[in-house]
Order: sequence, then C-alpha cells, then structure tokens
Amino acid sequence: MRKIKKLGSLLAATAIAVSGIFSFPSDTVFADDASTTYSYTYDIWGDVQNSPDAYRPTKHISGDMFEFEDADGKATAKNFVEPQGQFIRGNHIFVCDTGNNRIVEIAYDGKEFKGVREIKEFHDADAEEPLTLNKPYDIYVTKDMEMIISDYGNSRVLHVDKDCNVIKIMTTPDVTPFNDPEDARVFQPQKLIMDTAGRIYVQAEKINKGLLEFDTSGNFTQYVGASPVKFNMVDYIWRFFMTEKQIEAQPQFVPTEYNNVAIDSEGFMYVTMSTFEEAEYRTANPVRRLNSTGSDILVRNGNDPPCGDLKYDNAGGYNGPSKFYDVVTFDNNSYCCIDQTRGRIFAYDFQGNLLYAFGGIGNRLGYFRKPIAIDRMGDSLFVLDAQYSNITVFELTEFGELINKALREYQNADYDKSAEYWNDVLRLNGNYDLAYIGVGRALLRQDKFDEAMEYFKTKRDRRNYSKAFEQYRKDQIEDHIGDFVKALLVILVGVWLIKKVRKIQKEVRECD
Amino acid sequence: MRLKKLKLSSFISKEWLNHFGKTLKYSLYVIFHPFDGFWDLTHEKRGSVGAANFLVFLFLLLNILKLQFTSFLVSNINLNRINMWVEIASVIAPILLWCVSNWGFTTLMDGKGRLKEVYMGTAYALTPMIIIGYPNMILSNFLTIEEITFYTFFDTLGMIWFVALVLAAMMMIHDYSLSKTVFSSILTLVGMAVIVFILVVFFSLISDGIAYFVSLYQEIQFRFY
Repeated sequence: MRKIKKLGSLLAATAIAVSGIFSFPSDTVFADDASTTYSYTYDIWGDVQNSPDAYRPTKHISGDMFEFEDADGKATAKNFVEPQGQFIRGNHIFVCDTGNNRIVEIAYDGKEFKGVREIKEFHDADAEEPLTLNKPYDIYVTKDMEMIISDYGNSRVLHVDKDCNVIKIMTTPDVTPFNDPEDARVFQPQKLIMDTAGRIYVQAEKINKGLLEFDTSGNFTQYVGASPVKFNMVDYIWRFFMTEKQIEAQPQFVPTEYNNVAIDSEGFMYVTMSTFEEAEYRTANPVRRLNSTGSDILVRNGNDPPCGDLKYDNAGGYNGPSKFYDVVTFDNNSYCCIDQTRGRIFAYDFQGNLLYAFGGIGNRLGYFRKPIAIDRMGDSLFVLDAQYSNITVFELTEFGELINKALREYQNADYDKSAEYWNDVLRLNGNYDLAYIGVGRALLRQDKFDEAMEYFKTKRDRRNYSKAFEQYRKDQIEDHIGDFVKALLVILVGVWLIKKVRKIQKEVRECD
Repeated sequence: MRLKKLKLSSFISKEWLNHFGKTLKYSLYVIFHPFDGFWDLTHEKRGSVGAANFLVFLFLLLNILKLQFTSFLVSNINLNRINMWVEIASVIAPILLWCVSNWGFTTLMDGKGRLKEVYMGTAYALTPMIIIGYPNMILSNFLTIEEITFYTFFDTLGMIWFVALVLAAMMMIHDYSLSKTVFSSILTLVGMAVIVFILVVFFSLISDGIAYFVSLYQEIQFRFY
C-alpha cells in the first residue's frame, strides 16, 4: 500500500515537472522580449523596457455607427472610406471621410457617440450651385465652430462658418512651383491648421518649401518653416567629377517635405516629416516645433532624440525606422507622435524624454494598419486608421495619469509633490527612468545629497549626479575638516616627539 | 604537519625572487631615463621577462578594475554588457600583436632586438600608465563633471609617456635612429592590421569549411534516413 502511494506521488511529481516544462514558454514573459507587452519605454542604454500601459484602448468608432438622412429622407449608415483626417473641438469629432467626399461630425456625451451631421455641401453667395467636396483631407475647427477644410481634389481650401456658408476660398497660390509653366504643379492641400491670429497654414503635397501661409483675407503670403537643406560633403565633392548627365541622374539636394502640421496650446506649430535617409533616423528630427520665423525650437534634452524606435529590426515585412505621420500636443507641452511603420504611438514630455510607446500593427483592439491621424479629447486619444477606416479610442490609465501629474507638478516647480507622484509611478513600474531622476531631483532639493546620488547613479543622470555629488563632497569636507586638522597635528607632534626621543637616546648613548 | 612543508621558498627560489624584485624596481628607473634605461634593460640584463609579465598583469588588472571602479561620470559603461574575456583579450592581444609584428618587421630591417627583448621593452614602457592609472581611477570618484578634465589630463599624460617610452625602447633595443624607429613603428601598426585581417580570413575560411562538411553530412543523412 505504502509502495503504491509512493509510486503515485512520484508519478504526480513527474507529471507536474513535465507539464511545468511544457507550459514554460506560454505563461512566461521574458523581460528582453519587446513583443510580449503592449507598452514599453527605452532605458538609459537604449534597451526596451516593458512598461505598464499608460493608455488602454477602449473601443472602435466606425462610420456605420452613425445614420444620416440623405436627400430623399432615407436614413443610411455608411462606413468611412479611406478617411485621412480628423479634428476634435470640445466634445465634437470631425472626421474627413475622404473616400465618401464628406465630413462627419460626431458628438460624445461621455457615454456614447452620436452622429450630429454629415457635411457635404457649402453655400456660396457668389455661386449658383452649392459647393461640394472632392477628397477632403483635413479639417480644422475654430472655437466659433468655423471650419477650414482642405479640399484636396478641388485644389482649394474652404473656410466656412458653422452653418456651412462660405467665408472665403483659398485657391492655387500665384507662386512657384504652381505658377511655373514648366512644372505646372497642381495645388493639393492636405493638412492644415489656423493659428490664433487667424492665419491659415497649409501643408500641400509634393511641396518642400515648407507650409503655405494664408492671411486672414485668404491671400497667400509666404512659405513658412522650410527645413534646411541636408548637405552631404562627400556627394558635393563627387559632383566635381561628374558629367552633366550624371548630375542630372543624382538625387537633388532638396529640403524634406512635411507630412502633417498641428498647433499646440501656446500657438506654436508642430510638424512631422517622414522623408529622410534610413541611416539618419536619429538626427533627422522627424518631429519639429516651429516658431513664427519657422525655426525648429523643439527641446531635445533626453538621452535620445524624439525619433520613435531607437532600435528596430526589419522583420515581418515591417522595415525601416519609425515614420511619424501625425502629432498631438498636450497642455503640459507633452506630445504624442504616431508612427506608421509599426503602428506605434510615442509620447514625449516637454524635454523630449520618451514617456512611453505603445501600439502595433495587427487586427486586435489597440492595433492599427495605417494610422493616419491622432487627436485628443481631454486626456483620451483618438487614432484614425485609414485602412481599417475607424477610430480607436484610448483612455488614460492610472499609470499614465501619475506620470502626467508628476510632470505637471514639476512644471509648477513643486518638486516634492512631483517626487511623490514619481514614487507612485515607481511602485507601478520599477524600470521607469524618469521617475528615478524625478525622485532624485526632489531629494537633491531637500539636501539629501547621498540619497539623490544613489537615484541619479541608478539611471546614469551624469549632470544631476555631479550636482548632488558636488554638494555632498562639500558637506563631507566641511564636516570632517576638523578631523583632518587633528590628524595632521597628531602626526606632526608624533614625528617631532620621535625625533626628540631619538635625539635624547643618541645623546644618552654618546654620554656613555 | 604536512602543510608546513608548503613554503613559498619551495616554489620560488630566493635568488629568483631577489632578481625579480630588482628587475621590477628597475622599471622605475627606466621611465625617467629611457635611453640609458632601455639600453641597459637588454644589453646589461637589468630587466627580466618575469617582471615584464608582472607589469602586463598589473596593466591588465588596472583595465579590468577601471570598468567597475572608475566614476560613471568618466566612463559610462553598461556592466551587463561586459564580457570579461573580451576585455582581457582587448588588452593582451594588442600587446602581443605589437611584439610579433614589430619583431617581424625589425628582423627584416636590421633590428638587433629579439622577440623577448621587444616584449620586455613594451612591457616596461607600460609602467607610467600603471603608476598613473591606479591613483587616477581612485581620483575619478572624487571629481564632478566639470573637473573630469583633471582625469583626462592625467590619462593623456600617461598615454603620451607610454608612446614616448615605446619609441625609446624600440630605438635602443634595435639600435635604430629616431626616424627609423618612427618608420618601423608605423610599419608595425600596419603589420598588426594585416595580422588581424589574415586571422579573420583564416577563421572565416575554417568556419566555411566546417560548414561545408556539416551540410554535406546532413545531406547524406537526409538521404539515407
């Protein structure tokens, strides 16, 4: 009986051991495997560190959720077709349903989404027939609910009031390359914004001179914010030895073209661009913040520049570096960029530190195929996918909220409060570099230098560590200077005494 | 009882130890009087391979300790990525390569030195780097980011001293003029690169060869099983 029992327990133990071995891969998360979690950050060494989710996808919004009456009074619901742009003002979402030549206004009351209206026609006092849209690419809505729409197919930008009465129309500007008879380029406005002074900035297709600026009366004034020409010395030298034909065949030194434009709460423009050499992805500055003269004033104080993925491999058909296609800004100067290469969203703080990255290409909730636009309603993110033709809604989690709070307190110069939030962040994610540095900063201000040094050293913040260390060293020297002097005195007196004793001994010996 | 027999003297003779100590101490003379020093090092037998080995060992130890104990303000190293064998090789391999390459070239260029002497000269020339390196490593932990210049200064000083000593050593050991020493040293560096290149080619050929036979074996195996 006992033998059987023993055998049974042995069998059971073996079974457990075997099942343990076989179940090992499925329920074990490897820390160095980036694909196992949804959100991640990069640490000081540029390695991926898994992170709790700062944003969690909650639902999809698709076009067929909203019924609108057509001219005959029949209510139909249509899916979006290749939507290219969206804008959120208050709790209203405006989606440019590019393929259906319409704009859909959706209202969100905190619980559900309701279709408000379908914008298809505009009334112009000068024209007999109402104006229609041909591939609307983007829309900007002012605080008075006036709409500015880039009518891509009709080569014009419409400025209409909230009842769809045309205020002004901006057509092809009389400037190169549009008025160049050899080039005869078509004006194809894509993304646009309006600044606080009422000027309209338009990003048009195949234009690398920057953004087109239109004044309040709709006249083209100038190009703004052209990125400086990238200049390659080696190529330049080669050019001396080339024939005319060879030079013609070479790619030209041209400034990069932007692919999107957004405006932040301070009135500065954010632009993104995706045309750069693959090898230069870290230095290409794919996201920029432009001031009124068009120079890039984005702060890049992080360990690495805001460029999306720091390391990537070309696998599964997803090749090359991150390509930003839209940016959304927050009131605390944080911003999120959306990457079309791997369908990821990268959030950066006001100093350019990566806060978190999440998303991916796939067909589950929270994954994308071709994310084209990102906007926010409060703290929630809305990401428009041009191929899935839907909007994914992301809600901020506790983790994300703690980060936001810590950043806000830091910007309010309340470093101690900020550190409290960073400590909470650390409780949720022990690999969060910014939190260590945030706590360290507070400790530094509380004159706890050695503790601060520990925090800074953990995350290799050289500058802050040096600051803390300087103070610590000063304190140590001031505390122990007395001991040093005493020790020195003792040694001096000791040496003097020994010499004296030796001398006496010598004299005594000589006397003998 | 048996343990008592295991005395140091049973492994190392007192004379050897004496000689070792004397020759090691001689390295301190060499670094301040390079021309006399290196001449006597080989010609008057005032240096020893044992002491040279010990100096190389000290230098190796310094380089390993530096990884851990230099302030991270100076050298920001990810210790998780350190491979100790690679670190050891990256110190030892250049020294050996230098000696072999130098010996190879100088033999063709009327150099008087033998491989053993080239090795001794190179090892003795490491002395200033060792003497400066250890205190400098400790010093780095007491410096702020602005004061790192001190560390770099001493580090560079050791390096320049080392280069000067190596040149002096080669001059004396091979009985060369200065210009010939510089020329042969440049050739030596080129030779090092050539040796590394040949080694890489050799190993890649070998591994390709092995891969060929492995795949041949696999091919046969798939056919018959």
